[in-house]
Amino acid sequence: MGAENLIKLFKIRGGVHPDDRKQLSAGQAIEALPMPPLLHIPLQQHIGAPAEPLVRRGELVKKGQRLARSQGAISAPVHAPTSGRIMGVGGYPAHHPSGLSVRTITLKPDGKDEWTDRLDPVYAPFSLAAEEIAQRVADAGIVGMGGATFPSAVKLNLRKRYALHTLVINGAECEPYLTCDDRLMREKPAEILEGVRLMARALGVARILVAIEDNKPQAQAAMRDAAKPFAEVSIVGLPTRYPMGSEKHLVQTLIGKETPARGLTADMGVVVHNVATAMAVHDALYLGRPLISRVMTVTGGAIRQPRNLHVPLGTPLSHLIDFCGGFKEEPAQLISGGPMMGQPLPSTRVPAVKGSNGLLALTAGESESAEEMPCIRCASCVQACPCGLVPLEMAAHIRAGGLDNSVKLGLLDCIACGSCSYACPSHIPLVHYFNFAKGELAARQRSQHKQGETKRLAEARSERMEAIKRAKREAMMKRKKEMEAKKRAQEEAKAAPEASDKPTADSGVEA
Amino acid sequence: MIEEQPVAGPYTHARTSISRTMGLVLLALLPATLYSLYLFGWPAIFLFGTTVLAALVFEAGSLRLAGKRVRPFLLDGSALLTGWLLAMTLPPWAPWWIGLVGAFLAIVIGKQVFGGIGQNLFNPAMVARVALLISFPLEMTLFNAPVPLFSAQAPGFLDSLAITFGQSNQLDAVSSATTLGHLKTELGRGVTLDTASGGVESLWQLTLGEASGSLGETSALLLLLGGLFLIYKRIITWHIPLAMLGSLALLATIFHLIDPQSYVGPLTHLLSGAAILGAFFIATDLVTSPVSIRGQLLFGAGVGLLVYAIRTWAGYPEGVAFAVMLMNACTPLIDHYLKPRIYGRDRKGEPLNYADERGEA
Ligand code: SF4
Ligand code: SF4
Repeated sequence: MGAENLIKLFKIRGGVHPDDRKQLSAGQAIEALPMPPLLHIPLQQHIGAPAEPLVRRGELVKKGQRLARSQGAISAPVHAPTSGRIMGVGGYPAHHPSGLSVRTITLKPDGKDEWTDRLDPVYAPFSLAAEEIAQRVADAGIVGMGGATFPSAVKLNLRKRYALHTLVINGAECEPYLTCDDRLMREKPAEILEGVRLMARALGVARILVAIEDNKPQAQAAMRDAAKPFAEVSIVGLPTRYPMGSEKHLVQTLIGKETPARGLTADMGVVVHNVATAMAVHDALYLGRPLISRVMTVTGGAIRQPRNLHVPLGTPLSHLIDFCGGFKEEPAQLISGGPMMGQPLPSTRVPAVKGSNGLLALTAGESESAEEMPCIRCASCVQACPCGLVPLEMAAHIRAGGLDNSVKLGLLDCIACGSCSYACPSHIPLVHYFNFAKGELAARQRSQHKQGETKRLAEARSERMEAIKRAKREAMMKRKKEMEAKKRAQEEAKAAPEASDKPTADSGVEA
Repeated sequence: MIEEQPVAGPYTHARTSISRTMGLVLLALLPATLYSLYLFGWPAIFLFGTTVLAALVFEAGSLRLAGKRVRPFLLDGSALLTGWLLAMTLPPWAPWWIGLVGAFLAIVIGKQVFGGIGQNLFNPAMVARVALLISFPLEMTLFNAPVPLFSAQAPGFLDSLAITFGQSNQLDAVSSATTLGHLKTELGRGVTLDTASGGVESLWQLTLGEASGSLGETSALLLLLGGLFLIYKRIITWHIPLAMLGSLALLATIFHLIDPQSYVGPLTHLLSGAAILGAFFIATDLVTSPVSIRGQLLFGAGVGLLVYAIRTWAGYPEGVAFAVMLMNACTPLIDHYLKPRIYGRDRKGEPLNYADERGEA
C-alpha cells in the first residue's frame, strides 16, 4: 500500500522553525564530482576504534579494495575510492573543528578508476540469512550517514538483544540548507527501498516507516510511488519542525513513546536508519560495492553555485568548493553539516568523510549573529527545548562553575540540538555552555579514571613491595634455619652446602 | 581519538532580540495608552512624559555608575517599558514629582540595585507603585473622571501645566473615586451593593475606559486586544493571563453567588482596576515570572487569588500591584519545584521503563 499517512502522528514538545533555505540547492540534481588529484582517507570516519591499515606506501590499489580493516566490535573498515598508488599513511588534518592531525591514508588516483575484481555482488540478497546481511554491511564499511557515523552493522545486530518490530527510515532532513537526502530520495527511490527492505530483513522486523518532512513533497511522492508494491512499507509525512530528525524525537512522533533516558529506541522495539545508509546497503549487497563515496550538499550564501555532489571519500573540501564555482564572497563561517548542529571547519584542506552530509559557506548576514546580552528569563529557551530542560538555569550553573548542579538539572539529557540558542533573544550561546560542560565532565571522568588507575597501580606496587619484604624476611629466616641446620649437618656430617635462594624465586615477585 | 571541543553553534538564529521583544510589548500597549492620554488630557500627557523620560535618565545614570556600556542597554527598551508601565498605574493628574520619584524607585531601587536587566526579583514598576502608594497615599488615590482632550470641561494647555507641575486645587474639584474604591467605601459603611452601584460606572463604561482610574486601568478592551496581540506574537503565552483572570473570576463568581449584596460580581472585577493590564502586561513580565508552563499556571492563579483577597478583605481596593509582588517573591521557589518533565524520564527524574513490553531475546 505505502500510501497516505495511515498512522497517527504524536506531538513532540518544543522545537523551532528555522528558515530552511533548502531552495538554494534543492533543485540541483546530484552530480558526480571529478576525481581530485589526491585523496586523504582518514582511518577513523566512524564512532569506535580506528581502522588498522593494510597497505603500505608505494602499493598500488584498485577501486573498492580494502585499505584498512576494522578493529574490535565497534569499528569499520575503509576502502579505496578509486584505483591508484598509496602515497603514505600518516597524519593529516581531521574533518573536525580542532583540525588536529589524525592517521590518514593518502592515495594518488591513477585516473583509470579500475574496480577490484574481488567484488562479490549477491543476485538474490533476500535469500541471505540475517547474519550474512549484517556481515556484508560490516565488511562494506557502512556507518550511519546522517552524521552519527555509528557502524550500521552493530545496529543491525540489535535483534539479538531486543524484541524489534519496526524499522524507521529517517528522511526528515530537518537541518536547514541540506538537500542531499531529499535529492537521493527523488532520484533513487527504488534503490533506497531495496536497501531499506534488506535492513528490515536483517533486523527481522515486519514493519517499515519511511518518515519524510512535509517540506519535501517530491521526495515523498517518489518514495510513495516506489513503495507501492510493498505492503510492509509506509511513507509517512512529518510536520516540518526542527529537530524532527533527532532519532528519539522521530520515534516519539511515530509511535508516541519517549525513549527512556540513557536508553535506545530499541528499548521500544524500533531501530532507526538514515536514507543514505539504506542506499549504501543496496550498493553493498546488490553490487558488492563498499562505501567509498557519498552525496553531499555544498551550499550557503557564499557559494556561487550551490550543488548536490556525489563525492569520493577523502576528497579535500576545497575541491568541492572549486567545482561549485568558488566563493561569491568571503564566507564568515565554514561549516560541516547543517547550521543547527554542524561543526565549524578549520580549513578547506580537510577531506570529505563518511559522515559529511553538507558543506556550508555562510555569509555574515545569514547567521544572524548578534552581541550577547544578559538573560531576561523570557523562557523562550524552555519552550524551544525538545527535551524538557531549563537551559537558562543549566547555563547559569555552568557559568558559575556548578557543573554538578547542571548535571542534576539534566545536562546529560541534552541532545545539543541548539534549539535553545536559536530562540534566545539575548543571543546567549547556550549550547556552547552545554558542550563545554559535557567536555569538562568527560575530561574529569578520564582524569578520575586515571587517578583511580594510578592509585590502583600504586597500591599494587606497595603490596608487591610488602610481599618482597615479607619474602625476604621469610627467606632470611629460612636461610638462618638452613644455616643452622647446615652447621649442624656440617658439624655432624661435614657435608657440602646447598643452594638456598629458591624461596626468593618462588615468592612471585615481578618488576 | 580527537578530544571533544566546545564550539558555539548554531549558525543560524531566530530573528529575536531583547529590543524586539520590548518593542512588541510597547506596541501592544500603544493603543490603550494613546486612548487613555486622550481621555485624561494634557495633565496625563505631561505626567506620562515626565515618568518615561525620568526612567530613561535614571537608567542611563545607573548604567554609567555601574560601569556598564550605556548604549546597548538603554536601547534594549526595558527602561522605556518600565517607565511606561509605571506611568500607566499612576493617577493621571498626579503631580510631576510622583512620576519622578516613581521612576527612581522603579529603575534604581527596583532594577539596577539588583544588578540590572534580568536580575530583579520584583517587577520594577510594581515596586515603584507600591512604594508610592505607601509613601504618598493621598496623591496616589486621588483620581478624576475622564475629561477628553478638547472637550468643554478639559483644562487647557496652561492650566494643565499648572495641574502637573504647579500648585493647583483644580483636582479636588473634579476628583472622583474609582469604581472599586467607591464600592469598597460604600460597602464599608454598610450600604448594600444595589444601592452603592447607583453611583458607579456601568460595565460598558469600564470596558471602553470612560471611567475614572489610572491611565492603564481604564480601557480594558484596548488592553485586552494588546494582550492578545502579544500572545499571537509569542512574546507571552496564554497561561499566566488566563490563570490569573480565571481564578479571579471564579472566586468573584462563587462569592457573588453566595451573597450578591456584599460581594462584587466577576465582570466588575475583571474590567475594573488594573486586572487586564496586570494579567497581560504586568504579571507576565518575563524577568519576574516563572519559566515553566506549570509554574506560570500556578503563578497566574496565585496572582488572581491574591488580587481577589486584597480587593475584598484588605485595606486597598485595587490589589494587582501587591498580588504581583507577592507572587514575584515566590517565583524562584516555583521555578525550583515546578520544572518541565525531562524527555525520557518521569516526573521524579527516573528514566522511563517499558520493561513489561520489552522482550529480551
Ligand atoms: S531564551 Fe535566552 S534570555 Fe530567554 S530565558 Fe532562555 S537564556 Fe534567558
Ligand atoms: S541544546 Fe539541549 S538544552 Fe538546548 S534545546 Fe537542545 S536539548 Fe534543549
